[in-house]
Amino acid sequence: MNLFGDAFRWILEPSHWTGPNGIPNRILEHLAYTGLTVLIATLIAVALGLYIGHTGRFRGIAVSVTGAMRALPTLGLLVYLAVLFGLGIQFALIPTIIVLVVLAIPPLLAGAYSGVQSVDGRTVDAARSMGMTEWQILWKVEVPLALPLILGGIRSAVLQVVATATVAAYISLGGLGRYIIDALPVRDYTTVLVGALLVTILALVLDGILILCQRLTVPAGVRAIRSSPGQRSTTKSASTVSTAA
Amino acid sequence: MTWVLANLGQIWELTVAHVLLSIAPIVLGFLLAVPIGWFAYRFRVSRGLVLTVCGLLYTIPSLALIVAMPTILGTKILDPLNLIVTLTLYAIALMVRTATDAFDAVSTDVIQSSTAVGFGAWRRFWQVELPLAGPVLLAGLRVVSTSTVSLVTLGALVGMSGLGYLFTNGYQRNFPTEILTGIVGTVLIAVVFDILLVLIGRMLLPWARVDDAARRGAGTARVKAVAA
Repeated sequence: MNLFGDAFRWILEPSHWTGPNGIPNRILEHLAYTGLTVLIATLIAVALGLYIGHTGRFRGIAVSVTGAMRALPTLGLLVYLAVLFGLGIQFALIPTIIVLVVLAIPPLLAGAYSGVQSVDGRTVDAARSMGMTEWQILWKVEVPLALPLILGGIRSAVLQVVATATVAAYISLGGLGRYIIDALPVRDYTTVLVGALLVTILALVLDGILILCQRLTVPAGVRAIRSSPGQRSTTKSASTVSTAA
Repeated sequence: MTWVLANLGQIWELTVAHVLLSIAPIVLGFLLAVPIGWFAYRFRVSRGLVLTVCGLLYTIPSLALIVAMPTILGTKILDPLNLIVTLTLYAIALMVRTATDAFDAVSTDVIQSSTAVGFGAWRRFWQVELPLAGPVLLAGLRVVSTSTVSLVTLGALVGMSGLGYLFTNGYQRNFPTEILTGIVGTVLIAVVFDILLVLIGRMLLPWARVDDAARRGAGTARVKAVAA
């Protein structure tokens, strides 16, 4: 437990808050990898997911492809691309972003298509019978109603990318993983723990912010009627409890 | 390919180590998560707390947890226990959520009927809730199995055995074939585990197939109606 005390003292040490290996710079690098990845992955996966969800086409393929993508070991893919490209240290960013995008696509895609598919078929039929075009149905009916699940997908993608961006340090990139990867071979476990703690705190903070976003962007009508599946089941178990009593 | 054939012995050894390191967290995670999930489903007070703790646990980056484990457990950095405990915690964090949803999905009518015909809590769990939650539990277990097999490779960063060794070693030697072998091996293990789980599911949960077929039938009917 003393190691935790050492780690916190290390974090609070002012000299560790400046320079390229300082905590703020490492956090910024980490956030930059995460932001870039999630941006690219969202553009690809949400567009695909909305298409699949709206048309109902290729759903089976999407499920099996995302399942297979989940099985790919990130570290393996990362070092494979790094060696294969052989671009050297300056270009380590390219394989890293590719690998992180591959990692981020399954939760984003699943969130988008299951979100659109969770929209009540009658609501869509009603919109269609009122004369909405398919494009209007998608943007004015399906996307707003699917937003909680789409954002849920973005949230789990961000968390996975933040956690895994640590590994990028292994192929000589920056980010908070630097502390872990640099300190492991020299058995400096305090710094290893510092890296672990900082990544965890960053992940928790980002998760908190995203939960907030998720709550704020859900349309009021959706919040009133059918919010999250968790809430629905709470009401169900509430009824179970009351009937049992 | 020549490299693979020449090193078949070592690859096999690493594969066996990988499989052994994966099985413990998957099995332990499942056995622990089902009762926790049932608890969260049955008692509303514990629900929020359990699900929040699991959510937070899953937020902790895996590499961070693996390297922090020796400090928490007092183990040596090379102890395989670090990896097993970490991955078990992840399996629980993933699985409890699914288990809660699985029990939630069991129809209230069925549970009330079973209570009405005199099932006690214990018998109701084993003969009504668990079998009906089975298909969803299996789906969750398949996700846990795939992610665990893939996460075991991270152990290589802290000197653990398993196919991840081919990644770190291949990277240091600048040798793509070795890394690719590791990737293919890991995916193969995940696929074999998945097939085994599906087969076990078919044997233990014959009613899931009937449900599935019925749902698919209904689904196509709906799609056809919409198209028409």
